[in-house]
Amino acid sequence: MDFISLGTFVQLLVTGISHGCLYGLVALGFVLIYKATEMVNFAQGDIMMWGAFIAYMLASKLGFSYLPVVVLTIFLMALFGLVLERTIIRPMIGEPPFAVLMLTIGLGFVLRAVAGMIWGHDEKEFDTPYSIDPLVLGQVSLDYEQLVVVGCTILLCLGLYLFLRFTRFGVAMQAASQNQLAAAYVGIPVRRVVTITWCLSTAIAAVAALLVAPLQLIYPGIGFVVGIKAFVAAIVGGFGSLAGALIGGICIGIVEQFVGYTFEGAYGETSVYVLLLLMLFIRPQGLIATLQRKKV
Amino acid sequence: MRFVLKTKYTQDINLFLHNGQRFWYGLLMAALILAPFFLESFYVGELTYLFIWVIAGAGLMLLIGYTGLVSMGHAAFMAIGAYAHAVLFKLGVPFFPSLLMAALISGFLGAIIGVAALRMTGIYLAVATISFAFIIEKVISAWRPVTGGHRGFIVPEPVMFGVDFGSDIVFYFLCLVIVTAVMLLVINLLRSPIGRAMVAVRDSEISAQAMGVNLVQTKTLAFTLSAAFTGLAGALYSHKIGMLFPENFTILLSIKLLMLVVVGGLGSVHGIVFGAMFISILPQVIAILRDFLPTWLAQRRGLEPLVFGSILLFFLMYEPLGLYGRWVKIRSYFTQFPLYRKATFKRQKSYLRTERVH
Repeated sequence: MDFISLGTFVQLLVTGISHGCLYGLVALGFVLIYKATEMVNFAQGDIMMWGAFIAYMLASKLGFSYLPVVVLTIFLMALFGLVLERTIIRPMIGEPPFAVLMLTIGLGFVLRAVAGMIWGHDEKEFDTPYSIDPLVLGQVSLDYEQLVVVGCTILLCLGLYLFLRFTRFGVAMQAASQNQLAAAYVGIPVRRVVTITWCLSTAIAAVAALLVAPLQLIYPGIGFVVGIKAFVAAIVGGFGSLAGALIGGICIGIVEQFVGYTFEGAYGETSVYVLLLLMLFIRPQGLIATLQRKKV
Repeated sequence: MRFVLKTKYTQDINLFLHNGQRFWYGLLMAALILAPFFLESFYVGELTYLFIWVIAGAGLMLLIGYTGLVSMGHAAFMAIGAYAHAVLFKLGVPFFPSLLMAALISGFLGAIIGVAALRMTGIYLAVATISFAFIIEKVISAWRPVTGGHRGFIVPEPVMFGVDFGSDIVFYFLCLVIVTAVMLLVINLLRSPIGRAMVAVRDSEISAQAMGVNLVQTKTLAFTLSAAFTGLAGALYSHKIGMLFPENFTILLSIKLLMLVVVGGLGSVHGIVFGAMFISILPQVIAILRDFLPTWLAQRRGLEPLVFGSILLFFLMYEPLGLYGRWVKIRSYFTQFPLYRKATFKRQKSYLRTERVH
């Protein structure tokens, strides 16, 4: 292994953290759904991909400027979540969890194929007002895009934490997840909670999409890989914990960058999966454990 | 409906319940034995593919349908079986030992994943297996001296005792024998304490444990057997496709296998065969569909994944018991006519309670 200069080290670290934040952000989307409904949404990455395409279409085809694009994308994606929940997820409430898991796997395939048919398979670029020359600090040059990702992720996480911890609706969501029947008995509108959770989650996916779009080229397959890595992030962090998802995401982001640098890029992605399997052998409950043995 | 009056205890363990079943399955067997002498070689080849899917499906059905562990990376075990067999066979290991070794190697790796899977359920396992599949794909493409990487690996013609197994008809009968053996094994396994333990684990881990089922043993065994069957299918598959590429064993194959068990009907042995028939016919149906669809849609890439995904969605939402479940409903409609009630097969909803502490 060559000696890594400080500049490269910091740069890899920041790239790793920003990618990790992205994984964490996608993970937040399905951790939220998991927390509220105990369903696992495997299509979260593909929903994010749709968000990226919608943003791209609004910006380049319809000619909106950046801020309206952001607002409209988030709004449209929340609407998308509503439609998704009404048509596909609601009939599955009360079904075994693995049926929902497979359902969302199928949904991911459909979303990817439809996106490919609508927008084509070639890669598209998405520019933002902050896609300018990188910030240079001595040997280190940092892209603003990456810094924005980190900043937004921290803000969003904090917001979500406060929302779940202190608002009436957040507590209702937690109650609905702990015991649907009991929550319904005490007057929580469980169905509505589920619907709004999906809207919220797809809105978060939209934010992730708006952040990922300037960093990478947009193509239909973008969501799948990011989605899987987000799952790895959530598992490494401990499924069902918001902070865990973020920490896990940052961990795998950094590992991926450094392994990719050391082995000339080829094994960066694979290292993530190896890390996951190692983690499952050593500490299957994740860094922040939220699962315990079920009591009968 | 036919009621069988059991007068001996041995009747309980008969493979076939009554003579009607004996007749129909016998007829099926006879048809399958005679088929290659009457059918064109294309259809013989298709039937062979069907047998291979049945073997792979049997493996996945044991895991998903009977033990309740979802694997999204079974293409990896098929790849391991295919490459292990092809490489061993090329090194000079005789055909059958090589086939057996492929199943064993695949089963061994399955056992390792199974151990990791012990404390996992649902999503953890799905992501772990999908990661495993990605790793295997990478290993195959990177380990060029052995696997040939992306340039492919030519599977040598199987010749044994002077008999060329590569010829369509001989290979057909080889697959027929293996598929029959695998199905008998699966049926008997499911009637044995091991199979019962698997079903118990699927329905409730806690209750199973309380009844004295060894969770560790059962899950690991289920994973090992599942991987071994799928590996065996992969080994046979390698001869059928002739040339191995890492691209043969991607996530799309895993999804295809998943679709096999879901569409066939989770938790039924018949479902394996129905599912295998379904995915064998599907590519042809899609090809025919392309002729009828407007060209702007038919020529697009991604029609196949779209159809795969939609079918998965459709079955999970409207017919979670799959084709076999539909068949049972149709059958009971006629046997109980005119007393059939729709509510007989109504699914029980269960409301979730979390396992999390906060």
